[in-house]
Amino acid sequence: MTTPDTTTPGTETPDTTTEPAGRTTAAALALGDDALVLSHRLGEWAGHAPVLEEEVALANIALDLLGQARVLLSMAGDEDELAYLREERAFRNVQLVEQPNGDFAHTIARQLYFSTYQHLLYDRLAAGDGPFAGLAAKAVKEVAYHRDHAEQWTLRLGDGTDTSRERMRRACETLWRFTGEMFQPVDGVDTDWAGMEAAWLESVGEVLRRATLSVPEGPRTGAWSAGAGRQGLHTEPFGRMLAEMQHLHRSHPGASW
Amino acid sequence: MATAAAQPTARGQAYGGAQDDAGDTTAYQRVFDAAVAADERIEPRDWMPDAYRATLVRQIAQHAHSEIIGMQPEANWITRAPSLRRKAILMAKVQDEAGHGLYLYSAAETLGTSRDELLDKLHAGRQKYSSIFNYPTLTWADVGAIGWLVDGAAITNQVPLCRCSYGPYARAMVRICKEESFHQRQGYELLLALSKGTPEQHAMAQDAVNRWWWPSLMMFGPPDDESQHSAQSMAWKIKRHSNDELRQRFVDICVPQAESLGLTLPDPDLRWNEERGHYDFGPIDWTEFWEVLKGNGPCNEQRIEQRRRAHEEGAWVREAAAAYADKHAGGNGEARA
Repeated sequence: MTTPDTTTPGTETPDTTTEPAGRTTAAALALGDDALVLSHRLGEWAGHAPVLEEEVALANIALDLLGQARVLLSMAGDEDELAYLREERAFRNVQLVEQPNGDFAHTIARQLYFSTYQHLLYDRLAAGDGPFAGLAAKAVKEVAYHRDHAEQWTLRLGDGTDTSRERMRRACETLWRFTGEMFQPVDGVDTDWAGMEAAWLESVGEVLRRATLSVPEGPRTGAWSAGAGRQGLHTEPFGRMLAEMQHLHRSHPGASW
Repeated sequence: MATAAAQPTARGQAYGGAQDDAGDTTAYQRVFDAAVAADERIEPRDWMPDAYRATLVRQIAQHAHSEIIGMQPEANWITRAPSLRRKAILMAKVQDEAGHGLYLYSAAETLGTSRDELLDKLHAGRQKYSSIFNYPTLTWADVGAIGWLVDGAAITNQVPLCRCSYGPYARAMVRICKEESFHQRQGYELLLALSKGTPEQHAMAQDAVNRWWWPSLMMFGPPDDESQHSAQSMAWKIKRHSNDELRQRFVDICVPQAESLGLTLPDPDLRWNEERGHYDFGPIDWTEFWEVLKGNGPCNEQRIEQRRRAHEEGAWVREAAAAYADKHAGGNGEARA
């Protein structure tokens, strides 16, 4: 199937841009999908972390994100229908969060990039009076911890051994091209996107410098990827991730769990 | 310096009296025995018999290892959990297990060993973990069966450990048992939802209970007449009840719970015995038990291999953290010892 399945609940493309409820739904879906998908990726670490403390920390972050996803998806419809019955083309998350875990450095780089973005965004949303202010006020505290966790590990790995430095450098570079998409304005989220992007670059740049790493020089978006995830265009590993996530739910149509 | 013999409890060594001859050992032993007899808690700096220390290290390490190996069969379903609510519950549970592992390794470390040393022994196959985790989780219902039966058996075993004679272990168990009983209720509730769900879901729940029932009964260990460590552990008040006693208690609890779940237990000999006031149950396949214990269960190889791999693949991360800590030592005004 190459086009969004409009018969499945929650897959209506958010084209009702002028209608406020539709804009909120579309935005809730975008932010909710980010949290849902990254939570899933972090959940894949369970039982595989390099040290027991990280089993706890990664699961903790995954749980926070899943909690945020549930609130956001519930604003847009039924959380389980939205999570389990949409196909790949109907998901609105940025491509960054769907990237496979890779090694620990790769997971940490992804988390640093995303948590820094999410912290800036929720901080702004919490200060406003829009539909996401309540969620953002609670979640910004969680995300501050996620960001701190990612920052501490970026420092340890970047300024650790030669091996860890090289792995951290490679991870930061590999994921760099997915970072521009986060600042494509999301319809329904009224904030200063350009200002947020500048703040993100400064914050991430500062952490990388302290970690003795240089800020990657490559492009932060390719023409092919500018805002692509938000439009339902994803990378190849994402479909496989959804197949695993959804198979049991889809195998028992209409069942409750 | 006070001698142990002059102290009213086994805490005689707390301020530094190392035993230096056989006479003192006897005096220390008397104080230790009296403390155990009086149901007092033995604390890390108290004198204790070498064999008591060794038994505790073995038992607490095995318990800690069980928590972290036990994450695997459940983590196996995190990415496939069928609703977001269930996924959140399962993630939280697996996270709790890692936390329990941490408390227990800390408790073991008060006995003069280290987490690294214990993990090395686990990876080398020189220390064991609960044999139950060598069974595979084949369907979603297995997550419920583990919660209800495996956590249920663990709680039956562990609640008495909250009164164990060794203080740090007893205190860890208080915390762990609270969380475990929460998990057990969640597992029961998961199975109930399946049992009352579609015919396919009900069948899935019944199949899981069929596969987990007997291995859960084996969690209490060999029958009393074949249990090597039992008598000594009971004398030291590390253990409070025999394996068979706890197993019987568990069966008595489970039978009515299975009835209210609308599921059956896979034992044709299971029936109420009016005279004993207990349920009679069929013979356990001890051959299977010993085989799994020897490493020949369905998942022994896979479980230990995943643990080793996570540890080996994480080595560079731990080395980085250590190198970073070395470079930045003292930077925050804290002198390194």
